[in-house]
Amino acid sequence: MSGTDEIERLIELMSRLPGLGPRSARRAVLHLIRKRALLLKPLAQSMQVVADTARECLNCGNVGTSDICALCEDEGRANGLLCVVEDVADLWAMERANVFKGRYHVLGGTLSALDGIGPDDLRIPQLKQRITAEAVSEVVLALNATIDGQTTAHYIADQLEGTVTLTSLAQGVPIGGELDYLDDGTITAALNARKPL
Amino acid sequence: MYLSRLTLSHFRSHKLARLEVDSRPVAIYGPNGAGKTNLIEAVSLFSPGRGLRRASAAEMARRPEAVGWKIAGLVHGAGEPHEVEFTSEAGAARVVQVDGKSASQVQLGQIARAVWLVPAMDRLWIEGAEGRRRFLDRVTLSFAPDHAQLSLDYEKAMRERNRLLKEQVRDAHWYKALELQMARAGARIDANRRDALERLRAAQEGAETAFPVAELEMVQSEGAMPEGEADLLAALQESRFRDLAAGRTLVGPHRSDVYGVFAAKGVPAAECSTGEQKALLISLILANARALSSEIGAIPILLLDEVAAHLDAGRRAALYDEICALGAQAWMTGTGPELFAELGGRAQVVEVDQDGSLRQL
Repeated sequence: MSGTDEIERLIELMSRLPGLGPRSARRAVLHLIRKRALLLKPLAQSMQVVADTARECLNCGNVGTSDICALCEDEGRANGLLCVVEDVADLWAMERANVFKGRYHVLGGTLSALDGIGPDDLRIPQLKQRITAEAVSEVVLALNATIDGQTTAHYIADQLEGTVTLTSLAQGVPIGGELDYLDDGTITAALNARKPL
Repeated sequence: MYLSRLTLSHFRSHKLARLEVDSRPVAIYGPNGAGKTNLIEAVSLFSPGRGLRRASAAEMARRPEAVGWKIAGLVHGAGEPHEVEFTSEAGAARVVQVDGKSASQVQLGQIARAVWLVPAMDRLWIEGAEGRRRFLDRVTLSFAPDHAQLSLDYEKAMRERNRLLKEQVRDAHWYKALELQMARAGARIDANRRDALERLRAAQEGAETAFPVAELEMVQSEGAMPEGEADLLAALQESRFRDLAAGRTLVGPHRSDVYGVFAAKGVPAAECSTGEQKALLISLILANARALSSEIGAIPILLLDEVAAHLDAGRRAALYDEICALGAQAWMTGTGPELFAELGGRAQVVEVDQDGSLRQL
């Protein structure tokens, strides 16, 4: 027990966060209380600001603090490249790599008849509109290598065929990876996608 | 390959069971309900898959405690022996550790393989196609480690497509996206199965055995199985309207069946006597073991539950001779020691009491 209902409530809320359980939530709250000025207050203020301003970008589905996100506002990114990702976490992962300089389109999930998620539940109609409106020349399908991810990739590719160049991310040996630790499917994919040195 | 040590803790009926054996066959006898099959089910888990009962980890827990269970064993194969451990905490999925490190099913398959025959398979030739397909897929998986993942991928895409069919969705793009994946996985499933049948045929052909040769042929419940990815894709697309009317997918490897014939007599397996049907199954299991041994360089572990049932003394003796000639560690169960008399000193005998306690004789 933490001693007060307010602190207990904070611990309970923190324990609902991804990657945190009750034990780690208690440690985090205790740490925040000990670093009240340095961490807890700035964190509370920051959370309040984000709670008031965070919203989905109306254009690409990214999360930002304005109706149109900074990536869509950046004219330097209007280079005809559009990368389609499943969710915002994937967009952020791509951005961390700091290699892709085009724009993004977040679908908000993948097609799944069993879960009742159809094309209209994803941002596929908006994707088609953007290809014309933003003069997109190449769509990079950066979707997960799962059945649902690949079904969605094939679906989009079939819809866009003939209108734009379609590419997908390569599959194979990760940078710094050792063959010994790879599964058979990844080794097969890597071998099939081999290239001249 | 063989197990030299087996420890069960809170697994099925066994609160704690320990066995130390060598590479010879293991004959286990005891009354009904003593836990003989539970012992060989535990051994079956050392091979990739869900074991011979296809049970979940929760179902394997000893009741009423259901606190979780553990199986540990020492597996001897081509190289150094490996300590293999399976644990399941209170209903959670089982965790595999090899030499103290987490391991995948693929890694497990590189260490241990087992093939089995259980009484539920006695009706294989006369039951529905699903049982025969499952049998074929298990044989196929023993040769092709990617077969399990391909089957999962195919099933997942087909379930999605069946939902669209059931809900009468008319989006052609969506169907095509799923059919592409079904065709990719389905064609490889079909090729793997054909390859497995060919290996079984070759292993039966070259063997000196007292058991009858079973000729196996893959058939479809209707029409012919399209060969290759492109043909399967075309067949799925062509079948779409018929499938919409049926509310499910009517073409693909999920509609395959295995037709067996007692080769020497030219009689369909389904029309053979009960004893002959059992003999055909044993022939296939032994062929599977021989084919695998030439592939992996070690004889897989054989698990033969109530194997003596339906076999006369002559066939029983022939089976034991073949197992010993093969050099397989066969774990066999039966209700009494007399069923294993023909083995003599060639096997290790374990008696299981009604309360589940083990006694090595």
